[in-house]
Amino acid sequence: MAWVWFHRFGSPPHFYRLATRLAPWFAWPAALLCLAGLVGGLVLAPPDYQQGDGFRIIYVHAPAAWLSLMVYVVMAASAAVGLIWRMTVAYSVAASCAPIGASFTALALATGMLWGRPMWGTYWEWDPRLTSELLLLFLYLGYMGLRNAIDDVGRADRASALLAIVGVVNVPIIHYSVIWWNSLHQAPSVMKFGRPTMPAAMLVPLLLMLAGFTAYFLALLLTRARGELLRRERNARWIGEALASAPTGPGSAC
Amino acid sequence: MLRFLQMGGYARYVWPSYALTALVVGLNVRWALASVRAAQSEARRRLASLKAAS
Repeated sequence: MAWVWFHRFGSPPHFYRLATRLAPWFAWPAALLCLAGLVGGLVLAPPDYQQGDGFRIIYVHAPAAWLSLMVYVVMAASAAVGLIWRMTVAYSVAASCAPIGASFTALALATGMLWGRPMWGTYWEWDPRLTSELLLLFLYLGYMGLRNAIDDVGRADRASALLAIVGVVNVPIIHYSVIWWNSLHQAPSVMKFGRPTMPAAMLVPLLLMLAGFTAYFLALLLTRARGELLRRERNARWIGEALASAPTGPGSAC
Repeated sequence: MLRFLQMGGYARYVWPSYALTALVVGLNVRWALASVRAAQSEARRRLASLKAAS
């Protein structure tokens, strides 16, 4: 039946085995994609006609910003799945997202400041895009803080899921902030309908970096989710078998 | 090579951005592996103590 995959995916021992096996298949392509993207972005792409070589910050800033949003959506969606179907696997995935998302949100803010200083003449401005991205960081930190404050994992999962779901309204606000309001920040040049407003020599490395960061995130997520599953399923019988056979984790990532 | 490192005068902004990114990428790998290893050794300890008790 169509739902069989859903139930299999939701079975902790099955997910644990799958995650162990899949993580390297995301980690190695991530490393290769990022390497190709770095060479393309730092060496092969021509300097921008207005920003010179300063525009090259985009190859780390945009992937970090993309992860900050994508990870939040994954976190909120899996928290919702956990809440609705009481799935341990979904809660484990949601909890694994938060530290990854928080660190990349902080990175997006930091690289944005380093880019803003030469181009806008300021590190920080209370601009809609910057302010809503800062709010995203606080949402991640609030989610993690709430989890830390509750000892019982089940209760922490349910309470933090609500916070994650409510906070998802911030995601479209961040994305459309540069269109809805006057913003210092430039409008999207890749993630929009129609053709991207960038020549291929600049665009291709950016797409490679975006794909590389996404694969890297999936490898991290699968690895972290295994740890979260072990913590939630401490009394399950499958754990003995899983620990007897499983290697520790992926060799490396990008 | 020197011209590459100078980044057209933007070296002060470009290289710190890349360094911070490398740091965050590396730390996340370390944190993820540390987290799953801690959970594994905790589970092993628990299994051993359960076995000893029974």
